[in-house]
Amino acid sequence: MATFGVLALLIALALAAYNLLAGTVALRLLATGQPARISPERLADTARRAGIAGFIAVSGAAFALVWSVFANDFSIAYIMEHSNRALPAPYKFAALWSGQEGSLLLWAWLLGAYGFVLRLRHHTDVKLYAYAGTVLAAIQVFFLAIVNFAAPPFALTQGAIPEDGFGLNALLQYPEMVIHPPMLYLGYVGFSVPFAFALAALMMRYPGEKWIKITRVWTLTTWLFLTCGIFLGMHWAYAVLGWGGYWGWDPVENASFMPWLTGTAFMHSVMMQEKKGMMKSWNVWLIFCTFLLTLLGTLLTRAGLVSSVHAFAQSSIGTWFVVFMGIVVAVCIFTYILQRSHLKAEHQLESLVSRESSFLFNNLVLLTACFVILWGTLFPVLSEYVQGSKVTVGAPFYNRVAVPIGLFLLFLTGVGPLLPWRATSLRAIRRNFILPTVALWATVIVCIAVGVRPWSSAPDGGFDTGSFYALIGFALSASVFTAIVSEFLRGAAVIAKQTRRNLLSSIYLLTRRNTRRYGGYIIHIGVVIVVVGLSGAAFNKNVEKELALHDKMSVGPYTLECVGFTQDSNPNYNSEFAMLDVYSGGKKQFQMTPEKRVYLASQQPQTMVAVHSVPGWDLYVVYEGTNPDTDQPIIKAFLNPLVGWLWAGVVLMVLGTLVALVPSLSPSTATPKVPALRTTPAEPVLNPTDQERSLGALKGGD
Amino acid sequence: MATRLGGTFWKRALQAGTLAIAVCFTMGASDAGLRFNDLGHRLMCTCGCAQLLGECNHVGCTESGRERAELSAAIASGLSDQDVLDSFARKYGATVLAAPSTKGFNLVAWIAPFAVFLAALLGTILLVRHWSVGRKQQPAETHTPEMDALRERIRRETDAANGGF
Repeated sequence: MATFGVLALLIALALAAYNLLAGTVALRLLATGQPARISPERLADTARRAGIAGFIAVSGAAFALVWSVFANDFSIAYIMEHSNRALPAPYKFAALWSGQEGSLLLWAWLLGAYGFVLRLRHHTDVKLYAYAGTVLAAIQVFFLAIVNFAAPPFALTQGAIPEDGFGLNALLQYPEMVIHPPMLYLGYVGFSVPFAFALAALMMRYPGEKWIKITRVWTLTTWLFLTCGIFLGMHWAYAVLGWGGYWGWDPVENASFMPWLTGTAFMHSVMMQEKKGMMKSWNVWLIFCTFLLTLLGTLLTRAGLVSSVHAFAQSSIGTWFVVFMGIVVAVCIFTYILQRSHLKAEHQLESLVSRESSFLFNNLVLLTACFVILWGTLFPVLSEYVQGSKVTVGAPFYNRVAVPIGLFLLFLTGVGPLLPWRATSLRAIRRNFILPTVALWATVIVCIAVGVRPWSSAPDGGFDTGSFYALIGFALSASVFTAIVSEFLRGAAVIAKQTRRNLLSSIYLLTRRNTRRYGGYIIHIGVVIVVVGLSGAAFNKNVEKELALHDKMSVGPYTLECVGFTQDSNPNYNSEFAMLDVYSGGKKQFQMTPEKRVYLASQQPQTMVAVHSVPGWDLYVVYEGTNPDTDQPIIKAFLNPLVGWLWAGVVLMVLGTLVALVPSLSPSTATPKVPALRTTPAEPVLNPTDQERSLGALKGGD
Repeated sequence: MATRLGGTFWKRALQAGTLAIAVCFTMGASDAGLRFNDLGHRLMCTCGCAQLLGECNHVGCTESGRERAELSAAIASGLSDQDVLDSFARKYGATVLAAPSTKGFNLVAWIAPFAVFLAALLGTILLVRHWSVGRKQQPAETHTPEMDALRERIRRETDAANGGF
């Protein structure tokens, strides 16, 4: 199977190289109109077919690796290092991306898959797709060159072939690890497609904004995958690392978050280009940067430039990435300089207080957040270069710098949709902002009433920054939520009047008529709920105690009683776990069994946290091991408020993205049905803004 | 009068806001247990796990237990927070601090994000103002040949429509 895999990868590389060369020659011939022996259209089509065949070849290589894992073929070094006989089947599958070589193969395979779909859909616009397919082929050549020459997944084991492998990293033996990396990679790799289209459109001076419309589904889908990947990673960190948190500002986390931020900025600013023909250069550079950040993330974590708890594989592929990124930057700059006259804006902003400027500020804040994270991630390297010694840039830095920026972004999330396009009046601002402002101050008062008092929240009675930010987070969340819900209700009320539907049905119809706008609002509601969940972290509590049999410990409303601790073993791992009866209000509510495993093949330990989740909080219990002197278990219990909101918010973000992906109802199907031969009663007069807004909602627009 | 009162209000609000933000960054814990928790989250475990000392919980960590004991001893000896951090930095190197200090080149780490944000914000505001002012100053082109032709067409069509009645 190793030989098959090696051959498949070599064939894939040859096909990608042909795709790149033939595609480039064909497009050059088309552009210059030079005569040639073969027609450029036919040459371009052979390039496209080579791209499709290349995907089949990479699929063959990926299949060969998975097959070898399942066949326990330890003659392949990668299988020996990342699998063992007792490894359960789903984790054998996960071995594909558990190491450097496999994850790069996964990258190449996903890129091939995206390219495959793109090339099958070439009838949408043959020339644009030919350009984009050629750009994708160039990226594919890079990744296939790496897996063929720098990090080959089918390299053979040196010396005697062992009876069993070293096993999968213990931290990766968790259900979410079977889906988290592919999701993240789908997001990372997916940004290659809008990048390819942007570069292609710029190269061929593609007229209009059609390329943005074509790539909209690609960008949104990619963003969805990246969002899911990031949050699955957070959930994995929460459930496996056993430290009670979900985001530690680790370089790998940062690497995934940076392209998410620029991708989010891109998704907002393309609306400006579509509606107003503005920010053309900005959008092109946003997507260029997003793609470069996906490469930079890989460079940072895989090349050992920065250390991370999540970096499961490191090697010397850094030079390859640096060279490739240099080439990408050079091509982007060269193409931009050559074609920048094509990117002149058709309109300019008319007012500082308008929807357009809110998009501009939104982009500004998102990019500042991205800069802060990039700066924090790279500062240790910079410090070493300047001062000769590294420094650590950890959670305290980001909490101080990034949290205020995040809150400002949340504020803009609420403000943006309330501002009309072009310009607005002071009266309109007052009218639109009155409800959200009331919600904001009402929340502040309620929070203070229930005990969120930053000036005395610190355990020593002093000022607590965490609860201060949490208070702002809650208040802004309530305000933004009110703003979005009132937008829904305003549009739905008009539809209800016109069509005599009930409110729910009207909201449904309103959303179907403009899925992009209202899907976006659902995503914003999801973000608001996520922020509420994040704000809850300011009130985390934890207790650590060594528990003898029938000893008790208390955290929040719960009392935990140790009723036993025992051991278990299976072919894959040995485990120790404690059995804790949990009491609340004097009654036994449930039992929790936090666990600690030691995997036999790798001799690596892993925490299996016990979590009991209710809407208000999570009871999170960690078995920290046994005290060697007393042989008694040490238990750490956390009460983490509102963590469940975080995951619920993500579900809503995913739902909103799916809604935004659904095509809006066309005007013909959206025409309200008025019964014939029935006199329509006079409509109550709406104020002009309501009418305008409703019209906008019915017609479409963002 | 109303304007003066409004001005005073906003001035006071700004002062209160500035004070509140300043207080946020200057208050610290004083109790020994709280100081241990606070400082534990400002120091890194040195075993290479990349976790905060206060959160390092992995099995077999050879460093965190000893470091925690040192931290407790340093607090008990009456050292100030800064002295504790300095003593750890001297012993383990600057990487033991979870965030860069505010001295020397490390100060750049703290200043750069806010400087970039403010510069970008100012730049954006100036750009938008420049665009909007530029647009307002542009004279309306009321007598272009296209506009004249359109006006003429509208006049003809409306005259014809009126003539019909």
